[in-house]
Amino acid sequence: MTSYNNTRATLAIAKASLRSIFRSPSAVVFSLLFPLIFIVIFANIGGGAVSVDVGLAKSSDTLNPIYQLLKNYKVVRIITKQSQAEMNKNLDKGSLDAIIDIQKRNGLPAFTIDVKYTAASQEKGNMLRSMLKSLLYQFNTQAMPNNAQKVATMTETTIKGREYKYIDFILPGQLGFSLLNIGVFGTAFVFLSLRQTLVIKRFFATPVKRYSIITGEMLARVSFALLGAIVIISVGHFAFGFTLVNGIVTVLNMLLLSFAGLIIFMGFGFIISGVAKNETSIPPLSNIITLPQFLLSGTFFSTAAFPSWLQPVSNALPLTHLNNAMRKVAFEGAGLGDVTHQLLILLIWGIGIYAVAIKTFKWE
Amino acid sequence: MAKQPIITVNNLVKQYANFTAVKGISFEVYEGEIFGLLGPNGAGKTTTLEIIETLRTKTSGEVTVDGFSIDTQANQIKQRIGVQLQAAGYYPGLNLVELLNLFSGLYGVRINPMDMLAKVALTDKAKAQYKTLSGGQKQRFSIATTLINNPRIIFLDEPTTGLDPQARRNLWELIREIRSAGTTVVITTHYMDEAEELCDRVAFVDGGRIVGINSPDSFIDELVAAGFERRKQVKQANLEDVFINLTGKEWRE
Repeated sequence: MTSYNNTRATLAIAKASLRSIFRSPSAVVFSLLFPLIFIVIFANIGGGAVSVDVGLAKSSDTLNPIYQLLKNYKVVRIITKQSQAEMNKNLDKGSLDAIIDIQKRNGLPAFTIDVKYTAASQEKGNMLRSMLKSLLYQFNTQAMPNNAQKVATMTETTIKGREYKYIDFILPGQLGFSLLNIGVFGTAFVFLSLRQTLVIKRFFATPVKRYSIITGEMLARVSFALLGAIVIISVGHFAFGFTLVNGIVTVLNMLLLSFAGLIIFMGFGFIISGVAKNETSIPPLSNIITLPQFLLSGTFFSTAAFPSWLQPVSNALPLTHLNNAMRKVAFEGAGLGDVTHQLLILLIWGIGIYAVAIKTFKWE
Repeated sequence: MAKQPIITVNNLVKQYANFTAVKGISFEVYEGEIFGLLGPNGAGKTTTLEIIETLRTKTSGEVTVDGFSIDTQANQIKQRIGVQLQAAGYYPGLNLVELLNLFSGLYGVRINPMDMLAKVALTDKAKAQYKTLSGGQKQRFSIATTLINNPRIIFLDEPTTGLDPQARRNLWELIREIRSAGTTVVITTHYMDEAEELCDRVAFVDGGRIVGINSPDSFIDELVAAGFERRKQVKQANLEDVFINLTGKEWRE
């Protein structure tokens, strides 16, 4: 008798599982169709509520009346907490719409405003420009109605930033959403149903090893998810101009991140499959895991817009860090070495989840 | 036929938390026979089978299958037996050929799925999913999966439960063919006519013990010799004979 081959058994399970996934409508709908639909919708409606983010240069004077007036504009969010270097970088990406530097002088004009716009955010830049112009006009006419001399003047420059489109924000989030669905729902359903219909018991009557069953199933889900990721990234890139700074290298980095995220999300699935009593209890249990991450992890809206009490919650979720890492890699061209902070948090999540999964997982 | 034991069960005990399902069972199954485990529900038949199949741990006792101990050589045993479980399902979303390919990977053997389907007369269902099959077809497919590794012994747990008389007879044929090809068959059933028709020897299990083990004929002869009489005069035929006579032997899907 030839010696038994565990790899062959593992691959047989992976192949069977992958076939089964492709034939399951819900898997395809939740992990591919929904994210793509969201991408299409959001890529077309754009950035939601408008706020113009203006960095205040470190050298700027803040006691002048112009700054006080500008602060009263509801649409304008003045950002002071970033360092000058961060501001310049963010301006380049377009996550800052402009940097403003107001100086007080002796003599006339008493104030000069230096504004730096970015090509990465021209629309918002234009909004700010018209706001500043009308502000200056009012200010000058009120201060010296009859004088040709201006109290305040403005100089403008525009840097050539990379355009940060809404697709660059929404796509990584949708990719995370897809991975979360495949990992949590898919894994939970398959292991519960294989256990309940005695498929696993029948497997145990063959020489197959337990790790082969687990590995085979994980392999199938990883293949499916990565194929899905490639589809999502391709549609985003070719149809909506999703930015891939370093081209194929960026795609590969995104796939590696997807893999890491998926492993963690499958851990949630293993836990649910062990805890769930029957198939009807899987959706509510899975939603407890997926919904908060869906809403709070920066899938649709930037977590920066959340109130401060919500920030710690959002910062604790694994999808938040996966999304952040994904955006850094995709848009800023970061390598995996630049997102070690996020990867470390994901690793901690992974260890915790699998510690629980080993305790709760049931074979029969 | 030389009576060579292929399965030896010696003083097998299975204790669950609050009850003892198997209370010291001993028996042998001979190579090449069809052996029946009979008894009411909850008697311990399935537990005994699953221990022999290495799917369940025993509390005490010894079991050897084709010369291998279930304690230390479970893997060798698994490679030599085919198991049909009561009410087991199959991997969802796959057709019969794909399922057989999956099992050939699990057993580590190369097979032609169509040959396996031909053995159980299911070639025309090659692309069908398991859940779309009729009861009899499902059981025959289950039996096909037990034959993939060309086993020395197959275990069939209530294979004919829920089947109509034609499908039942059809399955008996299949089981006899498998035995003629040299495979030992261990079967459980609730139908005594089936055991009488099919089994070379049967063991009656009740309350976790074996209460008798012999050939069906010997059991019947013993009972008659002891003065047993049926209350109703036995006629030359029974209602099942009428059923088969009226509806024909050929099997419906």
